[in-house]
Amino acid sequence: MNLLLAGVNHQTAGVALREKLCALLPEAEVSYPLLLAYPEIREVLFYTTCNRVEVLCVTDAATEARARLSTFFASHPEVTAADLAESLYLHHDQDAVRHLFRVAASLDALVVGEPQILGQVKEAYRQATRHKATGPILNRLLHKTFSVAKRVRTETGIGDHAVSVSYAAVALGKKIFGDLKAKNVLLLGAGEMAELALEHLQTQGVGRIVIANRTLERGLRLAERFGGKAVSLEELQSQLLGADILLSSTGSASYLLTRQQVKAAMRRRRQRPLFMIDIGVPRDLDPGINDLDNVYLYNIDDLKEVVAENRERRKEAAVQAERLVAAESLKFMDWLQTLSVYPTIISLREKAQAICQAEIKKTLSHLGDLTPEQVHALEVMTESITSKLLHDPIVFLKRNHHRKRGEAELALVRRLFNLDPGQPEEPAEKGKE
Amino acid sequence: MADIFLSLTLLAYYSASALFIAYFLAQREAFCRVGAGVLAAGLACHTAALIVATWSLGRLPVATLGESLLVFSWTLVLAFLLLFWRFPIRVLGALATPLAALMVSGALILPGGKAAVSPLLSSTWVMVHVGLSFMGIAALTLAGLGGLFYLAQERQIKKKKFGFFYRRLPSLEQLDALNYWCLTIGFPLLTGGMIIGSLYAQYTLGRFFSFDPKEVLTLIAWMIYAVLLHERLTVGWRGRRAALLALCGFGVLLITFVGAGLWFGGYHSFTSFSGKP
Repeated sequence: MNLLLAGVNHQTAGVALREKLCALLPEAEVSYPLLLAYPEIREVLFYTTCNRVEVLCVTDAATEARARLSTFFASHPEVTAADLAESLYLHHDQDAVRHLFRVAASLDALVVGEPQILGQVKEAYRQATRHKATGPILNRLLHKTFSVAKRVRTETGIGDHAVSVSYAAVALGKKIFGDLKAKNVLLLGAGEMAELALEHLQTQGVGRIVIANRTLERGLRLAERFGGKAVSLEELQSQLLGADILLSSTGSASYLLTRQQVKAAMRRRRQRPLFMIDIGVPRDLDPGINDLDNVYLYNIDDLKEVVAENRERRKEAAVQAERLVAAESLKFMDWLQTLSVYPTIISLREKAQAICQAEIKKTLSHLGDLTPEQVHALEVMTESITSKLLHDPIVFLKRNHHRKRGEAELALVRRLFNLDPGQPEEPAEKGKE
Repeated sequence: MADIFLSLTLLAYYSASALFIAYFLAQREAFCRVGAGVLAAGLACHTAALIVATWSLGRLPVATLGESLLVFSWTLVLAFLLLFWRFPIRVLGALATPLAALMVSGALILPGGKAAVSPLLSSTWVMVHVGLSFMGIAALTLAGLGGLFYLAQERQIKKKKFGFFYRRLPSLEQLDALNYWCLTIGFPLLTGGMIIGSLYAQYTLGRFFSFDPKEVLTLIAWMIYAVLLHERLTVGWRGRRAALLALCGFGVLLITFVGAGLWFGGYHSFTSFSGKP
């Protein structure tokens, strides 16, 4: 029994190929019946996230399954085999498990630690179960994956730190206000950066949005898009009274607001906290403003520094996470290995039972008439002899099953008890015969 | 009987302290929930111990520093649990619970005053005076502890250096709201306690105010809180200044409680209660 994972991601394939695969690979409704129709594939999971397309399957015939997965990826005429030859990667067994863990824990992502990926894998798993594509092994693997991803998140804190400027601004805002709901935003200037930050703020459910721009026309357009109000820059002083978050990106040559102006405004605002983000270059806001009580001013460099620090922290957390993932994938493989001894144990028992029954039958025909009690006693005796004889080999299989030597030991036991009579014997033994 | 309850109380408070500190460090919900449960159980034992003590003494046990610590820690835990129930600032437990645990330990270590107690103390008015004052001080203590957190958090955001506390502490607005609520609840209670105390003094001793060190210091603390509350309500003082003032007020109250009780003398001091000069 083998695990096999095939796919392309942002590291191996350009965005063009990923887009193609995302768009052209058939929907789950079609994909699962298609994949399950291959006789080599016992269980299968198929998932796409922003940066990857991957298929994970359980198979007994790894080589054939590999070919099947390649055909699956090239199932659309627009995807050429040459494209795939370079970018398709294949992982087996422990590598496949580790890869899945890393994907779900967001260690394999473009931005390490981004949380959306786990949700996408969960959704894909839900789809797979709907199509009855998963079985005991993938079910266990996926549940393990979710718990590993959760542990990585809580134990390493990998997603705790915002790694983009607008996220960092939102995170800071939350540490000041607790909740950005119903907080009023004042936007100075209508640049692209400001728009991006405003988008992030809007997803947090901020209240009123006011846009003050030098040219009212552009301000109006932006205001329409965000459902806000456009005012002229001259109204800045009065607008400052109603705002909680001020986002400035005009890049004007002189300061738009001085320390004195903000100080006066704070008195009129009854000291309600004010979070000011200055992403203009050169700066729009007097850096002295940050010295005022209840005003928190961050400029673009401050935010970038926060982001850089957070990237570093994520890197540290990732090292810790990799260790956790490696340990967990090893544990999963152990479980999978113990699973592989069961067929052997079952055939051992079946073989013993068959011998017992045959021998009893033979013996009974010699002995003539026996009472049912005597027959029963004979049966019990043969059964207990065989089960005592098999006890140690079975315990050996279950307990001593070793990750590396396991395969060889299993093969030895099967050969020792001749559990696969159809298999050709090894040449050396043939020579002896 | 009271001893058994007190040992259980102490055990519960220290366990709850450990849990709340663990919650603060690891930020796991479970620690906080279990911690609150353990603390509530501790409070129940504490209540039982106080009832037994009051019953056997025939008065509220506030004649020695140890006894008052025992009563005050009870009000502090009660105030914290009420706050915990209404307010989502759970990390406060990492400060308030160990403080209560230390106070109970102090109560057990300090020698108990078994000497004759002035009959003035067994009046119901004293119970009300002490009860209201302690409830007020407990709320103001929480405001002071919250102030510590506020200052730590504000410093990190202002300096733009995010360290150990940044991730673990709640937002500035929540911490400031804590300051406001504790102040608006604690200040009237303290005021009420002081008024009743001075009325009782006028009735028994013939004067409202005796310039006793405890009275003077409490009045100073009261004035600090009065200024803070006034400025909050009129010009909207908040944030760092409010946190600093709350912390100052707490400091003065602490000196009043421990210092004045032990060293300064006066008719409020604990030594005077036990019949010694």
